[in-house]
Amino acid sequence: MNQFFDVQTQWFVGGVLALLGASSLIGWVLSHRSGNPGYKATVANLNGRIRAWWLMVVIFLAATALGKMGTVILFGLISFLALREFITMTPTKPGDHRALFWVFFVITPIQYAVIAFNWYGFFSIFIPVYAFLFIPMRSVVAGDCDRFLERTAKIQWGLMICVYCVSHAPALLYLDIPGYRGQNAKLLMYFVAVVQMSDVLQYVWGKLLGRRKIAPNVSPNKTLGGLLGGVFTATFIGAALYRLTPFTPLQSAGMSLVLTLLGFAGGLVMSAIKRDRGVKDYGNLIEGHGGVMDRIDSLCYSAPVFFHLTRFYFAE
Amino acid sequence: MIAPSVAMLVRLLCGARAVWLGSAPPNGVCIFFANHTSNLDPVVLWSALPSFIRIRTRPVAAQDYWTKSSLRLFLATRVFRALLIERRNVTVRNNPLAKMLEALDAADSLIIFPEGGRFAGPEPQEFKSGLYHLARQRPNVPLVPVYLENLNRVLPKGEFLPVPLLGSVTLGSPISLNPGESKLDFLSRARLASWNLHRL
Repeated sequence: MNQFFDVQTQWFVGGVLALLGASSLIGWVLSHRSGNPGYKATVANLNGRIRAWWLMVVIFLAATALGKMGTVILFGLISFLALREFITMTPTKPGDHRALFWVFFVITPIQYAVIAFNWYGFFSIFIPVYAFLFIPMRSVVAGDCDRFLERTAKIQWGLMICVYCVSHAPALLYLDIPGYRGQNAKLLMYFVAVVQMSDVLQYVWGKLLGRRKIAPNVSPNKTLGGLLGGVFTATFIGAALYRLTPFTPLQSAGMSLVLTLLGFAGGLVMSAIKRDRGVKDYGNLIEGHGGVMDRIDSLCYSAPVFFHLTRFYFAE
Repeated sequence: MIAPSVAMLVRLLCGARAVWLGSAPPNGVCIFFANHTSNLDPVVLWSALPSFIRIRTRPVAAQDYWTKSSLRLFLATRVFRALLIERRNVTVRNNPLAKMLEALDAADSLIIFPEGGRFAGPEPQEFKSGLYHLARQRPNVPLVPVYLENLNRVLPKGEFLPVPLLGSVTLGSPISLNPGESKLDFLSRARLASWNLHRL
């Protein structure tokens, strides 16, 4: 509780709220200018996104303020919703029904409970080993061999991305970093802020000076200008936020660079999956953003790597 | 009090939102007809309707299924106000069609599943003739095609534990019986009106 109210956190939260306030103001000004219907639609979408950001920031800060348990529960819910969007989009058959029930109501809760018990050994192998072996075992009982490998692989993949990878974000709270004890909530805020800022900045830079498409077949909105501008500015912001972390400014810049590049890769991979299934968004839960999965695609890729880099180089 | 909470809970669990393609929600009495793959279908479609329509809309459901336990009976009669019809021993006295016409005349809208049973595949089966008789006897009542997607995966036939996948409820422009249209033509046109709303 007290760590939430230290000076750096207050500055950080104040900065985020100021940024959102400024964005809302800009959105309000833009919406009062006249323009063609295309312009109006873009601004309406932008304002929808800003409103959704307010909601997401408030929920995230409220959960963090409730301490470790609140954060673990929040990320558990995020995993659950993301997995539900992922599996909805994936063609499974009635034979997978019982396996899916286990995936949603047993495996996902266990993964998050294990974080709360700070049982790292089990946390890191439960889904890649035991859930991996269990899912085809439960499906095979139903006796339907049609596309069996494909169906099993898709469920396993959804579990890895939406639950296993995402669960590394709240696991940051349980790292034991000398000289940084009791302050891990700031590390999580730093991580989420850099990854999400990178997404937003890539979008903004892409709109401003993006021309050359970087992966036209996968994600037509991603441009070289957006990528370079986003990566550069997000790395800079990450370096400037070093006081939130156990890192030096240079280390913080390096970490942010890794996070932004992995976030980009995550967004690209998730876009390819959507394109393969012929959908634009994973869901429609968040106004202007699509589903939960559309919002956390970059987080999925960066969370495990950030967790392991921090654990290997900074934790005991 | 109970009904709106149940509707909200169902929308939350099944993620089912009504998507109105091509028309606004109708004001007066109408008949919603949909494909049928899961026992959840009537519940989800009913829950996805806007509340001002929902309170005047009754799902037509099988008496034998919804009277099996006291919970089901409570839900059917008190919450969904289901119009329970006899599937097996149809006599002149409990003729389903008469009951439905009676409900329509009492200014209630109806949810019906013209396939006459649940089928696992995505494409609806041939429609039974009930829809045609309703269309012929109440020509002024608009028939709103609905396509329900993914609900057979939430709760497949024969399972009792649901999996929380996202369903979708898509509603199309109303149709009606054309002058001189044959029963078969009308039924296949109605079936296509529902099937054409599928998205995945």
